[in-house]
Amino acid sequence: MTSSALPSLANDRGAFAELIQETLALTRRLFLQLMRRPSTLIAGILQPLIWLILFGALFANAPEGLLPGGMSYEKFLGAGVIVFTAFSGALNAGLPVMFDREFGFLNRLLVAPLRSRSSIVLASVIYITALSLLQSLAIMLTAAALGYGWPGGAGLALVLVTLLLLVFAVTALSLGLAFALPGHIELIAVIFVANLPLLFASTALAPLSFMPSWLGWLASLNPLTFAIEPIRAAYRGPLDLSSVLLEAPYGDVTGFGCLSILVALTVGLFLLIRPLLNRKLS
Amino acid sequence: MPLIELRHLHKAYDSVVALEDLNLDVPEACLYGLLGPNGAGKTSTLRILATLLEPDSGSVQVAGIDALKDPRAVRRQLGYVAQEVAIDKILTGRELLQLQGDLYHLPRSARDQRMAELIKRLAMEAWVDRRCGTYSGGMRRRLDLAAGLLHRPRLLLLDEPTVGLDIESRSAIWDVLRQLVSQGTSVLLSSHYLEEVEALADRMAIIDSGRVIAEGTPDGLKQQLGGDRVTLRVREFSDASEADRVCRLLQLVEGVRQVVVNRAQGFSLNLVIDEEAVIHRLRQCLDHEGLPVFALAQSRPSLDDVYLQATGRTLMDAELALAGKRDIKQEKRQSMR
Repeated sequence: MTSSALPSLANDRGAFAELIQETLALTRRLFLQLMRRPSTLIAGILQPLIWLILFGALFANAPEGLLPGGMSYEKFLGAGVIVFTAFSGALNAGLPVMFDREFGFLNRLLVAPLRSRSSIVLASVIYITALSLLQSLAIMLTAAALGYGWPGGAGLALVLVTLLLLVFAVTALSLGLAFALPGHIELIAVIFVANLPLLFASTALAPLSFMPSWLGWLASLNPLTFAIEPIRAAYRGPLDLSSVLLEAPYGDVTGFGCLSILVALTVGLFLLIRPLLNRKLS
Repeated sequence: MPLIELRHLHKAYDSVVALEDLNLDVPEACLYGLLGPNGAGKTSTLRILATLLEPDSGSVQVAGIDALKDPRAVRRQLGYVAQEVAIDKILTGRELLQLQGDLYHLPRSARDQRMAELIKRLAMEAWVDRRCGTYSGGMRRRLDLAAGLLHRPRLLLLDEPTVGLDIESRSAIWDVLRQLVSQGTSVLLSSHYLEEVEALADRMAIIDSGRVIAEGTPDGLKQQLGGDRVTLRVREFSDASEADRVCRLLQLVEGVRQVVVNRAQGFSLNLVIDEEAVIHRLRQCLDHEGLPVFALAQSRPSLDDVYLQATGRTLMDAELALAGKRDIKQEKRQSMR
C-alpha cells in the first residue's frame, strides 16, 4: 500500500522519556511567553518591593521593643513581603491555563497523544514555582541590601521549604479555579479579591498582639501566617522549629506545627482539585 | 475494512440534538468530504473522531482501534485541524511546530527535518520565524495544517479548512491536500462549500440534522439523481405568492419530476425534468397562462441538486435558516473544557 511510503513519525520512545519530553516542551512554552512578555515578572517584583520600602518607612520610627523579640519593623516586615510575593505569584498560576481553555489551545494539547495529561498541570507547577521563587529571591536580595538581614544556611533551607509548600498549595488552588470558573474575567476577579484581604488578615504587616481579637482569629487561620512565621523565625535565628512561633487564640503553634499545616493544606488542595482536573482533562 | 467506521452515533448538548444515529464509513487513502450546512453535525462528528468529544452512544473505530476505549492510540494516528485556529500568538510559527513535535514525541532530528519539509511545501519560509500574532488568516491556516501534518498522521481531519480564506491560500491548501492523498494519507474534511467538496472529494456524505442522508462519489450521486435541471424565472423579481402559483402550475406539466421554489435566489424555480423536450411544454404552459419567461437555464445535475433532492431545500436556504438560530456563545462553551 502506498501509505507505507510515509511511515508515521510518532513512534514509541518509552513512557518516561515521553512524559519528560512533553512536560519540558509545555514548560518551555510558558517561559518563552514570560520572556516575551516580562511585564508580569517585573510587576510581581515591583509590587512587593514597594510594600517593603513604603511600609518599612511608615513604621521606621516605631518605638523599639514594640515588636515581639525586639525586632526592627523592617526586619519584621521582610518575612511578610517575601511570603506575599510568592503567594501572589502562585495565585496567577491558573491564568495561562484559563487562556488556553478560552482560546482553544488546550484542545490542541488534548488532541495530541500525551503520555499523561498531568504534564499540562506539571508544566504549570514547574513554571510558577520557578517564577515565584525567583521573585521571592529578588525581594530577599533587596531586603538584604537594605540591611534587613539574610537567613543563614539552615534558615535559608527553611525559607525554601516553606515557600515551596505555600506555592504548591496556592498553585493547586489557582489551577483548580482555572478549570472551575467560566472565564478569565472571573478568575482575575477572584485573584483580585483574594489578594489584599489575605495579606492584611495575616501576620505579614503586624503581629497578632496588635490585632483586635476577631482579626487575630482570622490571621491565625490564614495559611499565609503559617508561612510567614517560620520565615520570620529563619531571619531571627537561631533556628528551633519546636519553639512556639504563633500564639494563636486557639493555642500555641510551633514551627513544626506551621509546616505540618502547610503540608496538610497542599496535599488537601491537590486531592480536592484532582477529580476536577481528571474530569476536565479526560 | 474502512479506515473510519462510525455506527449509530448520538450526541446532544442539553436539549439540542447534534447527531442522531449517524453512520459513516471512510475508506483508506481517500479524500472524503462531509457536506452540510452549519449546525448539521459536521464539527461534532470531527470532534468525536479527534477524541475531543464523547458521543452519548454509538461506536467509533479508527484504523481498527476503538476510539472510545483507547483514545491515545487513535490520537497518534490522526492530525486534527480545527475550525477555530488555536495558535499561541506569542510564539513564532517555528516554535509552535517544535512544541507540536514534542507533544507527539518525535525525535528531535526527525522533527526538524520534517519541519523543514513542511515549511517549504506550504511556502512558510518568509514568516515562520515571526510571531503568530502577526499572521493573516491564510498564514494561520497553513501553520495549523503544518502542525497537523507534522507527525505524518495516517488520517488528517480538517474542519472547514478554507472558510474565510483568500483564493490563493485556498488553492495552496487544496494542492497540499491532493498531494497528501496521492501519497497515501487519508483526509476527512468538512465543508459547507459545494465547490470545495466537488473539487476535492473522492467520496462524500451529505449531513443534515445530525444524520447522513446521502453517500457516494460526487459523480455517482449526481448520476443517481438523473434528469435535467432547469432554473426558471417568470420575472426578474417575483414574490412568494407568484412563485408558489407558478410552482403549482408547472408541477402539472407532463415530464416534470419536481419543482422547488428557491428562496435564496429571489424565488426562482428549480425544476427537475425527464428530458429536453419538456422545456417546450413548460413554455407552452406559461404562455397559455399569460405568464412571461424572464430567464430559463438548463443544466446537468450539480451537487446542490443532490443536496436539494436529499433534503428538500438548497444548501443556501439551509444556511439562511440556521444563521439566525446559531448561538455562538453556546458553541464556544461546548468546545471549551
